[in-house]
Amino acid sequence: MSTTSVTGRPSTADPGAGRSAPGDPMIPRLFEVREVRLDTRDTVTLALEPQDGVPLAHRAGQFTMLHAFGVGEVPISICGDPTQPGPLLHTIRDVGAVTHALVSTPPGTAIGVRGPFGTGWDVTDGVGQDIVVVTGGIGLAPLRPAILEVVSRRAEFGRVVLLYGARSPEDILFAEDMARWAAEHNIVVEITVDYGPPSWTGRVGLVTNLVPRAGFDPLNTLALVCGPEVMMRHAATALVERGVPAQRVRLSMERNMKCGVGLCGHCQVREVFLCVDGPVMDYARLAALMDIREL
Amino acid sequence: MRTLAEYLPEHPFFQGLEPTVMDLMVGCAQNVHFAEGATLFRTGEPADTFYVIRHGRVALDIHDPSRGDLVVASLGEGEVVGWSWLVPPYRWVFDGRATSGVSAVALDGACLRGKCDQDPALGYALMQRVSGVLYERLQDARIRLLDVYGSRT
Repeated sequence: MSTTSVTGRPSTADPGAGRSAPGDPMIPRLFEVREVRLDTRDTVTLALEPQDGVPLAHRAGQFTMLHAFGVGEVPISICGDPTQPGPLLHTIRDVGAVTHALVSTPPGTAIGVRGPFGTGWDVTDGVGQDIVVVTGGIGLAPLRPAILEVVSRRAEFGRVVLLYGARSPEDILFAEDMARWAAEHNIVVEITVDYGPPSWTGRVGLVTNLVPRAGFDPLNTLALVCGPEVMMRHAATALVERGVPAQRVRLSMERNMKCGVGLCGHCQVREVFLCVDGPVMDYARLAALMDIREL
Repeated sequence: MRTLAEYLPEHPFFQGLEPTVMDLMVGCAQNVHFAEGATLFRTGEPADTFYVIRHGRVALDIHDPSRGDLVVASLGEGEVVGWSWLVPPYRWVFDGRATSGVSAVALDGACLRGKCDQDPALGYALMQRVSGVLYERLQDARIRLLDVYGSRT
């Protein structure tokens, strides 16, 4: 359904969809950090509870703006299960001043949350078809809600394949989740790393190289891709070369989101405002934009 | 058990080759097996073979004095291992190690080079396939050089 964004521009996405506490999207709600879980040497998952008691509903693929008071605000994808009640989960990589402040927040402390914003993976579009997930690094975090949604409705999908690339074995995210999805939910999980110690007996190489050899029906597939932009471009190309229609390849594009409501233009890529038209968009629409260096 | 003449034409690396060309290849081939942890080849040793993997996985290791041994690539079923037999001085530049039980077809590099020298059609057909794999490996290496999962992203 087409809606109108706060910019007045027609948008296929409703930036406020799923927001459980209507209000000014520019004003952060207070959430208390309940748990801080160290996932890898530089990546942490925060479990957040709303101080007003109103849970934040979201769709798989959406993001929020997380505010570390006195430091700044960053866009972070939600990585929790959209089909289950529970704390708001965000997996954050410690790469800058704001993310460092967020991952260092002690339990019991409040941070600000705006959103959720943006489009979702909409895995329902893949019902009756194969699902292929290609992801790398922390790109698995935005896809985790989509995978959990597929898991919760596993019988409705055909073959489900997860191809994941990481820098090294110690950088692999959600290893326990992936093992469980493979063992209990008939998901084919293939993991590859850029390099590893001799004790690593798994794959070493690019995640995109797994696409040609993965078992799925290209013309009957919904592909979900998230990771560094270079990886996504090569993954999308490999999927299309394999025969998946570009319209069935969805990417999560993240570029300097600031306001989250299509107002400030920081995330604008030509006519696209990624915070409201994205972050999840199909490759048929993104391919031309990704090839323009100036964008 | 299927013969090499039956199996090799179906391997992705050889698919589409003319039967006469395949016959020449089979003349240089033999089945080999490696137990988990076995070494296929070592850095600096003469490189006289390339391997067509039927089952299992082979890791390519390099020794970094500051970090110890590192696996820089792994190759599995349907892939091929080893190009050093093709380029002088014909020495391995990585260690090759079976990370699981490996069944493979070993092709004698000197035998293949001799046949390619005698038969340009065979040489061209083989080089087309070798170039395709090398192209893929080069792209793989270049993209990994970017360290796309590194802390800058």
